[in-house]
Amino acid sequence: MKKITKLGAVSALSLIIGATAAFAEDIKIAFIDPLSGPFASTGTNGLHQFEHAVDFMVNDEGGLLDGQTMEVVGFDNKISPKESLIQLQVAIDQGIRYIVQGNSSGVANALTEAIDKHNRRNPDSRVLFLNYAAVDPALTNDKCNFWHFRFDANADIKMDALTDVIAADDSIEKVYIIGQDYSFGKAVSAAANKMLGEKAPEMEVVGDELHPIGKVKDFTPYARKVVASGADAVITGNWGADMLSLGKSIIENGFEGPIYTYYAAGSGMTAAFGEGGKDRIRLISQGSINPIGSDRARDAYNSFLERHPDGNIDQSRIYNTIGMLAEAIKEAGTADDVVAVANALENMEYDSMWGGKLFMRPQDHQLIQDMHIGVHTDEDIEFPYDSSTFGVKTESTIEMASMDSPTTCEMKRP
Amino acid sequence: MELILVNLIDGLVTGLLLFMLSAGLTLIFSMMGVLNFAHASFYMLGAYFAYSISLAIGFWMGLLIAPLIVGLAGAGVERYGLRRVHQYGHVPELIFTFGLALLIEEVVQFIWGKNQMPYSVPEVLNFTAFSIAGNSIPAYKIFMIFISISIFIGLLYILTKTRVGMIIQAALSYPRTVEALGHNVPLIFMGVFGVGTALAGVAGVIAGPVLGTFPGMAFVLGSIVFVTIVIGGLGSLWGALVASLLIGWITTFAKSYNIAMSDILNGIGIATPENMSDNPFRDLWTITSPQIADILPYILMVLILIFRPAGLFGKRES
Repeated sequence: MKKITKLGAVSALSLIIGATAAFAEDIKIAFIDPLSGPFASTGTNGLHQFEHAVDFMVNDEGGLLDGQTMEVVGFDNKISPKESLIQLQVAIDQGIRYIVQGNSSGVANALTEAIDKHNRRNPDSRVLFLNYAAVDPALTNDKCNFWHFRFDANADIKMDALTDVIAADDSIEKVYIIGQDYSFGKAVSAAANKMLGEKAPEMEVVGDELHPIGKVKDFTPYARKVVASGADAVITGNWGADMLSLGKSIIENGFEGPIYTYYAAGSGMTAAFGEGGKDRIRLISQGSINPIGSDRARDAYNSFLERHPDGNIDQSRIYNTIGMLAEAIKEAGTADDVVAVANALENMEYDSMWGGKLFMRPQDHQLIQDMHIGVHTDEDIEFPYDSSTFGVKTESTIEMASMDSPTTCEMKRP
Repeated sequence: MELILVNLIDGLVTGLLLFMLSAGLTLIFSMMGVLNFAHASFYMLGAYFAYSISLAIGFWMGLLIAPLIVGLAGAGVERYGLRRVHQYGHVPELIFTFGLALLIEEVVQFIWGKNQMPYSVPEVLNFTAFSIAGNSIPAYKIFMIFISISIFIGLLYILTKTRVGMIIQAALSYPRTVEALGHNVPLIFMGVFGVGTALAGVAGVIAGPVLGTFPGMAFVLGSIVFVTIVIGGLGSLWGALVASLLIGWITTFAKSYNIAMSDILNGIGIATPENMSDNPFRDLWTITSPQIADILPYILMVLILIFRPAGLFGKRES
């Protein structure tokens, strides 16, 4: 009996070792974002889109190089910079060379610094940081480094596009700016003040305030201030539960104008806003879902829905991230030498399936792309969000937004 | 002036909601000496159950049935969980309820996912009741006030005027004597726990559509409920009411008016330092009231603990 157990144990062990050897060829991507806590839904939905993107764009097409597949591994950082650094170390120790993260610029700032340090000290296990959603402008300005690439437009680029639309709207004379109290919320407020001042100096900013992130139970007092200020429009960079509660509260408590947002769609938000938010909630994003950018994008969306019937592709830049990474690995001919991959990513021009061209600016690693301003509605919606009838319809597009915007980045190359 | 009235109403809504949560918690504590860390989780369960029920048979049935289910679940937890742990003392009880809170959050995420649920105000109540200087007061808020006040009056009546209430109050202070008189004290405990959690369930049902129904909803309210019952005095229903309203109004007013710390300091005769960037108290000078609104209840709690350890209406000195 004992012998059989031993035999079983040994064969099981060898099987495990054999299996790891077979998988060692995979290109692994570490996804470090909140998978628990108040922002869990945003993180989990991002992970689902990454998992689908690697399967749809890489693995189902026969893989990369000699048929290597890509795999996304989720790491829960509980939205804490400290926890993220621990998870980063775990990922590096597992031999992962590509880190993706997006939720919270606070976390991104910590990660980019840690990765820069790590890469300088450990040239043998360098990693790349592909930032798909953290939009603090500092990341591609003062704090830029060679290892960080941003696939979302930064807060300034988005605000540039938003303020173009707001400045052109004659019915808006007073705006109210409100955001979460951390680096990103402050960046949104600073950019809005500066750009409105330049583009529409007659416009008045009647309120500019920050609230604690993820801790406000009831936004009613804030909504009262918005109404009392007589604002015609609200600008907010809020996301997650903070976005939904703020938006609902402002609408319910008597505000009549439009709410310009960065992230008010998907993750249950679109369904929860429903009729109340119709034609009121506007958001700036890259990648147009309604109308959809191409037939391939339609296939991608439908195949995503097969896997997650209740899910949404609300961050189409995730597909751009994977597509461009795959392209760069092909061009570099290796997935292990991240310097070669980074060099291939720089300056890359890529045709996105969501429409438009993408260009990775070499001087600061900021992706330049078309920006769309969409409205929350249930008319002309091919792909609604959250299994509701509502979705985001593109109203206006700014091509290659902020292509020539200045940057303070002084990049040191290895 | 009008804004003050609006804020009074908003604060009242927040306060009464907090009261429904803390009333159950304080009852449970005064009875069994158990601080139920999972209390806010029952609030979350109330919202989720009501959402699922409302999809099938409408909001009103949800309001009726969801608290019942939550109450039964609470009673079950007391009967088969807490009662067994009770014999090992208070620390195991605390750990048990703490674990339960984590467990409920995971189960909720497992069943309903991590997304926000589109649980919304019923059509009948989805209109503006009245507006004061452009600030609309949704009818749903009036409904929330109405429900919470009726629950308070009902509870007060049962506890002070009925035979059941008398037995409960007696069991509070002299459980052995009450048992010797032939009353089933464990059953009373189970009932109180069930009713307490059902109250949290009601709070969840009516707060879910306004404050959002998502897995983090228990977490945001969890600690403030404890603060409320400490300020009000552990075990006191009136204390819970007064403390809830106090907290509701303090936070609402602090958020509604941008009172800057520099104004207050200037007001009491301290001049603003010339060079703010080098000043060690820079952070203190730049604070505004909305930034600290959410920690004001905690400051109040510390003050109460220093000057009146039993709480505003607390009787026990132990």
